[in-house]
Amino acid sequence: MMATRPDPAGLYHPAMPATWWLRKRSYFLFMLRELSSVFIAGFLVVLLLQIAQISSGEDARAAFSAMLRSPGWILFHGVALAFAVYHSVTWFYTTSIVMPLRVRGRELPRWLFTALNIGAWAGVSLVILILYLALPASA
Amino acid sequence: MNGRKTLEPLWWGLFSAGGVVAAFLVPIHIVITGIAVPLGWLPDAQEIYRHWPVRLYLFILIALPLYHWAHRFQFALSDMGMRGIHKPLAVLCYGAALLGTVIAGWILLRL
Repeated sequence: MMATRPDPAGLYHPAMPATWWLRKRSYFLFMLRELSSVFIAGFLVVLLLQIAQISSGEDARAAFSAMLRSPGWILFHGVALAFAVYHSVTWFYTTSIVMPLRVRGRELPRWLFTALNIGAWAGVSLVILILYLALPASA
Repeated sequence: MNGRKTLEPLWWGLFSAGGVVAAFLVPIHIVITGIAVPLGWLPDAQEIYRHWPVRLYLFILIALPLYHWAHRFQFALSDMGMRGIHKPLAVLCYGAALLGTVIAGWILLRL
C-alpha cells in the first residue's frame, strides 16, 4: 500500500553544525544507537563471508577461521557485541513506547515490558546456542 | 494537503523487522562465531549451515538487519550535515542492502 507524506520542499530544516550530537550526552547516546547498526551489519557481512568459504574448500575455510582468531578480529567482535547489546536494550525500550502492551485495559509499565523482552531475548539466545551445539553436521 | 505517494512504508517495515531480528538474534551469533569459537570455547560447527531450514534462517538473520542499517545510516549521515544529498544517500544505502540480500541468497543457495 502506498502512503502519502508532506512535500519535503515545504518543510523547515534548521541549519545545524555536523557535530551537534557531541554537545549533549543524550544526543551522543542517540548517535551511538544509530551507529550500532553499522557494527551489526559489519558483523553480518563477516558472517556471510565466512559462510561463503564453506563451499570454497577446506583450505579457504581454515584460513578464514584462523583470521578470526587474530586479536584484531576478536576485538572487532567484542566491540560489535557491545553495540549489538546496546541496540537490543534500546530497541526493547523504544518498542515499549511506540507499541505499548495493554493488559486488561492498562498499559504495562515500560520497565516491565523491557524486562519481559530481555527475558525472551535470553531464552531465544539459549535456544540458538543449544541448536548450534546439538544440530548434526549436514552432508 | 500537498501529499505524494512514497514507498516509505515498505522501507519502514523492513527497518522495523530488521531491528527486531538484530535485537533478538544477532548478539548470540556474535558471541558464538566472533568470540567463543575463535577463542576455542565452543566447537566450530559450520557444517550445520548446510541444512535447508538453517539456510533460510541465516538468510533472514543476514538480510533483514541490512535494511535496518540502511535506514539508520542514511538518516545518521543526513543528521551529520549531509541533508543536501539525502536522496542519493538513501539510494546508495538501500541499494547496498538490496545487493547484500541478493548476494546472501546466492551464497546460501549454492552452499
